[in-house]
Amino acid sequence: MKKLLLATAMVAVSGAAFAQDVVRLGTEGAYPPFNFINDAGEIAGFERDVGDELCARAALTCEWVTNDWDSIIPNLQSGNYDVIIAGMSITDERDEVIDFSQNYFPPAASAYVALSADADLTGVVSAQVSTIQAGYVAESGATLLEFATPDETIAAVRNGEAVAVFADKDFLAPIVAESNGELMFVADEVQLGGGVGLGLRESDAELKDKFNAAIQTMKDDGSLNALIEKHFGPETAKF
Amino acid sequence: MFAACADPKAIEGLTWAMCYLTSGKHLDFYWSFVTVLGLLAITAPTALAMGFAGATASRSRFLPVSLLGKGYAAIVRGVPDIVFFLFFVIALDQGIEYLKSLAVCPDHSWPWQGLEFRVCPEAKVPLGKSSAIWHQAYGFALAVFTFALVFGAFAANVLYGAMNAVPKAQLETAEAYGMSQSQVFRRILVPQMWVFALPGLSNLWMILIKATPLLFLLGVKDIVFWARELGGSKTQAYEYPHPDWRLWYFLGLLVFYLAFTKVSEIVLARISARLSHGQATAAGEAMRKAG
Amino acid sequence: MTCWETVQAYAFRSIGYGENLLPRTDFTLCQQFTLIGSGLIWNVYFGVLALAFGFFFAIAVALAKSSRRMLLRKPAEWFVFIFRGSPLFIQFFLAYESLQLLPKVGINVLGFTLETAWTTRAWAGALLVLFLNTSAYAAEIFHGALKSIPKGDLEAAEAYGLTGWQKFRRIQWPTMLRLAWPSYTNEAIFLFHATTLVFFSGFPAFRQMGDALYYAKYFADKTFNPFVPYPIVAVYFIALTLLLTFAFGLVNRRLNRHLPSNQKSRIRLRPQIIR
Repeated sequence: MKKLLLATAMVAVSGAAFAQDVVRLGTEGAYPPFNFINDAGEIAGFERDVGDELCARAALTCEWVTNDWDSIIPNLQSGNYDVIIAGMSITDERDEVIDFSQNYFPPAASAYVALSADADLTGVVSAQVSTIQAGYVAESGATLLEFATPDETIAAVRNGEAVAVFADKDFLAPIVAESNGELMFVADEVQLGGGVGLGLRESDAELKDKFNAAIQTMKDDGSLNALIEKHFGPETAKF
Repeated sequence: MFAACADPKAIEGLTWAMCYLTSGKHLDFYWSFVTVLGLLAITAPTALAMGFAGATASRSRFLPVSLLGKGYAAIVRGVPDIVFFLFFVIALDQGIEYLKSLAVCPDHSWPWQGLEFRVCPEAKVPLGKSSAIWHQAYGFALAVFTFALVFGAFAANVLYGAMNAVPKAQLETAEAYGMSQSQVFRRILVPQMWVFALPGLSNLWMILIKATPLLFLLGVKDIVFWARELGGSKTQAYEYPHPDWRLWYFLGLLVFYLAFTKVSEIVLARISARLSHGQATAAGEAMRKAG
Repeated sequence: MTCWETVQAYAFRSIGYGENLLPRTDFTLCQQFTLIGSGLIWNVYFGVLALAFGFFFAIAVALAKSSRRMLLRKPAEWFVFIFRGSPLFIQFFLAYESLQLLPKVGINVLGFTLETAWTTRAWAGALLVLFLNTSAYAAEIFHGALKSIPKGDLEAAEAYGLTGWQKFRRIQWPTMLRLAWPSYTNEAIFLFHATTLVFFSGFPAFRQMGDALYYAKYFADKTFNPFVPYPIVAVYFIALTLLLTFAFGLVNRRLNRHLPSNQKSRIRLRPQIIR
């Protein structure tokens, strides 16, 4: 009997090890500099570097997949990948259905960008559909204009469709910098969400612990800050 | 790809354009045309087969089968394809894994726990350890099946109409010659119905072509996905920064779709002429007179 | 909030009446049914108006396409080819891109300022695209029907001394409608289905006023569960399709009322042309 139990345990262990052989990381691939498809057609960006490093530290074999932002949580739940690493802010709503690792990017500032400094922020403000920023604009009393992609939210400001765009400051910063003074930040920054974390299924506590430990080591030895600086420039908030 | 492209930010003009258009991402874009054409080539016969099954079922004298056939056509046709695509693939994927889990998993606990779908690792399709190519192949197969299911419903409708359009006299003659029901079906009805089905099926083909931009909902990176991805404005984080060029990419796609439509029209007209030959229809009559 | 209160708060949310903020927590089935149903107003708006305007334009295009004059025929042929030959996805995109190129301050015509800002709004811009799109498809259907009017009917009309407008009004027009109607019914169904694309990819939603799919997406995104809101849209659309088939069936009966009963073409979906 003891032998039998042992054998079952062995199978269970090897089964678990077998299942953990490849951890699939799901990302969007359309949110630079967090994640994007580079010109070679590969997933690149801050999260690519962080994800690869975390997998190395946790001794996991990882594989990258891209998934549409809209169905990124249902597909995690459905088991099509094991981790969401897609610039996803930790919010209470999301935390109810999935688990988050500790954040690997500090709570980010969201900011308004407009064509002129005196833009009326109670007018039409564009934001990407189903982001925390869109929810914030709707509640702020401004008229929310929603677009499917972040690109279009910027285009809307350029062509006057919207007075301002409200999005992650880190996403907006390079665009403002390269616009030759056409676009500018207006009003104060707003802190939304609890930073960016890895999204995991609630039943995957073991995997979550591994990633949490790996993120902690990256925070401790400063390598995470180095990566943040590499992708977001020296002025971004760090740990 | 080329040696000159090693440092894209240092080059300009024609060289830049050449390097830009041959970047890995653009090669993926060109490859996606093959993917879409391949998917169409597989989907069309599959949808036709499903349509044929649906139409045959609708004609069945056994009520439940006929209701099943008619219900399939009516319900799937009533739902906008885009809505169908938004939830059906995930459901299909989970259904397949659930069925597999019944066969291979040691415990048969109910896999839907709240919003989470959990089966044992052995029941995953494809297995977690399989290489990326299998995941892609599986995704592609799911997309083909979903497309075929939707368009099969339309095809069922067309074929059902076509079967009814075959002149009754021909079927009765066949019966008078002593053919059994299934012989009439195989030897007379099926060969004769195509000429009536062709206009409807041609239209369906045209719609199928134009539904391919929805492929990205099914997880297949199609040409519209890449056009949007490549055309979007690129900051210095990319090797080839550029402003919003989506308009140019979409104009290119417009030309592609128009050309594809034109070629399809020409081919379908040929098939139609071939099928009309010797048929007791207006077109067949015209050919007889001309011939 | 009881279900009735929810209905009061959100039944007309899609056109800007009622509660300003969409539900954010504790989502109920009632909320989902109400809001998605409210969004259906937009689908019906786009569908009905595009169909109504498109009907007349399509007949004009079909006639132009059958014309012997090159100047009429060629533009009609190109119009039909371009709108039937490209995906609606791309048409929406190109239309939105070109509409927003119009000067924001308006165009000055003979001292009057023509406002242009409204053209990029979905209610106008998307309606225009859907109108042109359905016109092209319907024109092809009507053109096919015009060609298949029995030769004998036209010869008989001429024998009775009917020419030009009279011949068109009394012979060609009713026969064309009768022949085209089953296919046109299909086109109408497809058009209603196509309206779900408006906010999905084409035009931005303004003040969170969108169509059925827009709200379904909102709920799918908030509840992280696609298996409730999307089937609700599906149910609404199946009902809408049945209603549409019924209404078109009534017209069809009227169009065929002069035929002996054994020749009546039922609205049973015919194989000739389905879009």
